[in-house]
Amino acid sequence: MSIWQYANPKKFMDTTGPLLPWIGGASLLCIVTGLVWGFFFTPDDYRQGSTVKIIYLHVPSALMAINAWFMMLVASLIWLIRRHHVSALAAKAAAPVGATMTVIALLTGAIWGQPMWGTWWAWDPRLTSFLVLFLFYLGYMALWGAIENDDTAADLTSILCLVGSVFAVLSRYAVNFWNQGLHQGASLSLDKEENVADVFYYPLLVSIAGFVLLFIFLVFLGTHTEIRARRMRALLARERMV
Amino acid sequence: MIALLMRDLRLAVRAGGGFGLGLAFFLIVVVLVPFGVGPESGLLSRIAPGVLWIGALLACLLSLDRIFALDWEDGSLDLLATAPVPLEGIVSMKALAHWLTTGLPLVLAAPALGVLLSLPQEGYVWLVASLAVGTPALSVIGTFGAALTVGIKRGGLLLSLLVLPLYVPTLIFGAEVARRGAEGFEVMTPLLMLGGITFGTLALLPFASAAVLRINLR
Repeated sequence: MSIWQYANPKKFMDTTGPLLPWIGGASLLCIVTGLVWGFFFTPDDYRQGSTVKIIYLHVPSALMAINAWFMMLVASLIWLIRRHHVSALAAKAAAPVGATMTVIALLTGAIWGQPMWGTWWAWDPRLTSFLVLFLFYLGYMALWGAIENDDTAADLTSILCLVGSVFAVLSRYAVNFWNQGLHQGASLSLDKEENVADVFYYPLLVSIAGFVLLFIFLVFLGTHTEIRARRMRALLARERMV
Repeated sequence: MIALLMRDLRLAVRAGGGFGLGLAFFLIVVVLVPFGVGPESGLLSRIAPGVLWIGALLACLLSLDRIFALDWEDGSLDLLATAPVPLEGIVSMKALAHWLTTGLPLVLAAPALGVLLSLPQEGYVWLVASLAVGTPALSVIGTFGAALTVGIKRGGLLLSLLVLPLYVPTLIFGAEVARRGAEGFEVMTPLLMLGGITFGTLALLPFASAAVLRINLR
């Protein structure tokens, strides 16, 4: 038994197929619980008022926007090294999800920033690097779309993902140097003391779990779609041969 | 490799190579800026370093798709790939040829255009220095983008979308050197960072470009 047996498309489909509704349902449950809890059953912050509640959308989506790229990086490496097609297709399926998360994070950030900072947008390091990350997602998806041969597309986008990761990190530090920002530092972390009060923290955790599950659900769904599309193309090609 | 470099330089300089196009584009971008923001010289001298850097970057971008496209079309790229020289070396030479025909003229022309934008006196040295250090990185990164999109018909727009985000760190540090130089601040930190980016890309990206080319030629 090893994890690599799930690289077989059939095995992957058979295992994740029955799980899909459960993951989707759990994700829906978590997001609804987290948002309802956060929106209606937590007190207003004493300085920020009720605007603080957008945190339940902003933080999870921002988290997933970065982790989606990280997942694409790992999947690309697996594709380049071990040539498992499922891995390449998972990376392809993750890109639009990650891009959407980036947009959600940017939009909710703008909506939160307007009452708090008095501006929709500032050229703050975090905001700027997210915008750059969004551009990377766009380029990655455009390259997938532009190449006809599937394997070539997977190879090229994987290398773009590797190079892009280096430059994304570089941009992150470059903009840090360039402008000091309005955005606060990290408030959540695994090892340090939290800067978020418990009342807000627990619904936030539920909401983050919901977003993680949602991401897994969407990536699995997208990968299934890609595999089916490939099978269909193979069948059509075989039919034409006969 | 030297022969390849000379060949690329000759092809670029002779008619139809588009040697002067990048330079002319640079000139036009810089000339258009005052029409856009107004001719007030205080404002112009403040934004001059940034405008010159963005102009140089766009002019560089304009000529990227020529790096591989013609060789790809007539099949000489396949010949080069089977030559005894490693593909990494060929890619580096292509980048060098691109820099010599696009980047270097931009560096040399920048002070003249700085006059048009009333760049402060102290800024010229650092503007030229930052461009001289930064434009090789632009060429190398651009070669990677050109190698990625070489097989795609009408890949020019896609090429810009892929390459411009990669240009962000170079632009930030390059423009920062020029700006600080113009305002008389200390410039060493961003200049060293810019040099680091240039040398880092010079050392690593040819491998990525060569890998991408091999995939495209498969």
